[in-house]
Amino acid sequence: MSDSQTPRIIEPGHSFASVTDSISAIVLTQKTSRGWWLGFAISFALLMLFQLALTYLLVVGVGIWGINVPIGWGFAITNFVWWIGIGHAGTLISAILLLLRQTWRTSINRFAEAMTLFAVACAGMFPLLHMGRPWLFYWLLPYPNTMGTWPQFRSPLVWDVFAVSTYATVSLMFWYVGLLPDLATLRDRARDRARQVFYGVMAMGWRGSAVHWHRYETASLLLAGLATPLVVSVHTVVSFDFAVGIIPGWHSTIFPPYFVAGAIYSGFAMVMTLAIPLRKFYKLEDFVTLRHLDNMAKVMLATGMIVAYGYMMETFMAFYSGDLYDRYMIMNRMTGPYAVVYWVLIACNIVLPQMMWSRRVRRNVGLLFVISLIVNTGMWLERFVIVVTSLHRDFLPSSWGMYYPTFWDWATFVGTIGLFLTLFYLFIRFLPMIAIFEMRGLVPESAEKGKT
Amino acid sequence: MAQIFHPSTNTIARVSIYGSVIALLVLSFALYGLGESPYYTDVNVPREQPVPFSHRHHAGELGIDCRYCHTSVEESSFAGLPPTKTCMTCHSHIWTNSEMLEPVRASYRSNQSIAWTRVNALPDFVYFNHSIHIHKGIGCTTCHGPIAEMPLTWKANTLLMGWCTECHREPQKYVRPRDQVFSVQYEQPTRFKPVYVRGKEYTDQLALGTDLVKAYKIQSLTDCWTCHR
Repeated sequence: MSDSQTPRIIEPGHSFASVTDSISAIVLTQKTSRGWWLGFAISFALLMLFQLALTYLLVVGVGIWGINVPIGWGFAITNFVWWIGIGHAGTLISAILLLLRQTWRTSINRFAEAMTLFAVACAGMFPLLHMGRPWLFYWLLPYPNTMGTWPQFRSPLVWDVFAVSTYATVSLMFWYVGLLPDLATLRDRARDRARQVFYGVMAMGWRGSAVHWHRYETASLLLAGLATPLVVSVHTVVSFDFAVGIIPGWHSTIFPPYFVAGAIYSGFAMVMTLAIPLRKFYKLEDFVTLRHLDNMAKVMLATGMIVAYGYMMETFMAFYSGDLYDRYMIMNRMTGPYAVVYWVLIACNIVLPQMMWSRRVRRNVGLLFVISLIVNTGMWLERFVIVVTSLHRDFLPSSWGMYYPTFWDWATFVGTIGLFLTLFYLFIRFLPMIAIFEMRGLVPESAEKGKT
Repeated sequence: MAQIFHPSTNTIARVSIYGSVIALLVLSFALYGLGESPYYTDVNVPREQPVPFSHRHHAGELGIDCRYCHTSVEESSFAGLPPTKTCMTCHSHIWTNSEMLEPVRASYRSNQSIAWTRVNALPDFVYFNHSIHIHKGIGCTTCHGPIAEMPLTWKANTLLMGWCTECHREPQKYVRPRDQVFSVQYEQPTRFKPVYVRGKEYTDQLALGTDLVKAYKIQSLTDCWTCHR
């Protein structure tokens, strides 16, 4: 394949059977590789670190974190926004690209959706833990209670509860409905009784009849329609957590679009981070081709430019508004005690990803992997800068302060990465990471193209 | 290929799906009911005391004013529990040999307080002040119930926050004239039993309440920090 030719979305030479064989074999017949065990062990160790941090947090309280007046949000909210943002790429791939009939999404949508679910699970931890008394989480929900009160509906934090829980529910349904035909395939191909029953129960009686397929198509279109606004709305509401507050550095109308673009940016970076090792270790280069990586790199480039525009507008508006506090906030970000973080974030999110303009970079798998890690880091730093630098110097110099994360801050953050990876390892071991039946739909197309 | 599941699985699946939805609903209603029940709130459950003190006898039949024993109710957040000395103002003269009152005399001799069982208690994170409620025309019986009919005292209301906010949102439904605050017989005005305030006749609570809220400058205080300071 030469550089000038557009790579295919499925490599030639595949038939219906070979697609089904190679994807289902990962779950059914292949021996669990040593690499899987090693990766799972590391992830599980991190998950145990998370459990330790959680237990200590529940016993002692949020004082074990570095948060204090004036920085009450610290790592917890930084991590929340980061994780929830990562999830957005999965929804974009599965819903919007489905409605736009982008067939290249087929091979990456399943694990991107799984990534969404697991990222939302990690994200959901942080606001709950940050409340201090997580066992009273149900106070966030409007239910007839003995206190005679409702949650404060004027607060974006309450909108957040609805946005995130809706998002989690719709993502789970979408993912599960999409899994049904594949679960049935696995049930039919399983040899031993245990797997037959396991996949059989999960498949909920799918027989692949015309009626089943008809209902499946309707359901997935409806769910795609439901999920599409969520791609935009969830991170908009998350940005309201900041934008509705009057803190300089938060109180900005550009936050919703810039947060949504940032979410998709970081989400695609994470999909790339996961896809590149997966296709290598499970030899899925035929299904997740250079075309996919190329397309994802282009999406990252586009959303990254929107994010860059957001940064520029923030700086511009600070001076254009003439507001003393806004101006000081930007100057403090660029030259204050957290200036290093700010400039590293600019390098990670804006400068380095510009490499992806080059087609050669977009076809260089190793380099793409490194860039995706850089963007993930950059987007985390962005949230850190928004949360911490805005809070640490607000209107009154007497209430200024600094934020230093403690060991437990790091343990909780790294711990959720452990949770995410553990779930992901279990997912690739027990469920088909690529939608088998959708890939079969691409086969005739590739056979057609192979002839020319 | 042999069937993996027996045909009955279809029924099991349906029953378990609908069943769990119904079970969840039933469970949440049951939990809600339990939270409101006397089992949890102690409402209308008479409490045993070291001495079977009867409010019905003292406040109802004898007509002793609430403030004779609960002395600080007009000036303090706490209404006050009477010292044994207060009991002995009468009981050094009457029923002096009663077996029932021996713990009272013992307490008086030994200078050790009687350990009454608390009937109405608020958690420490709630600031509550009796005096302001008394001065704004909230009667004792509004919260403490028909005390003149309690041989052993019981909690008449849940004291849950929702119960507090009912009145804080609409004080006009509960307020009474100031001179009736300590009356244990007072009833809200009706057509057949009107209430007179400064010569004006009121035949329903809302009319009376609305005027009193204005006259006493009662505010509807529903901010969190009114009570959670």
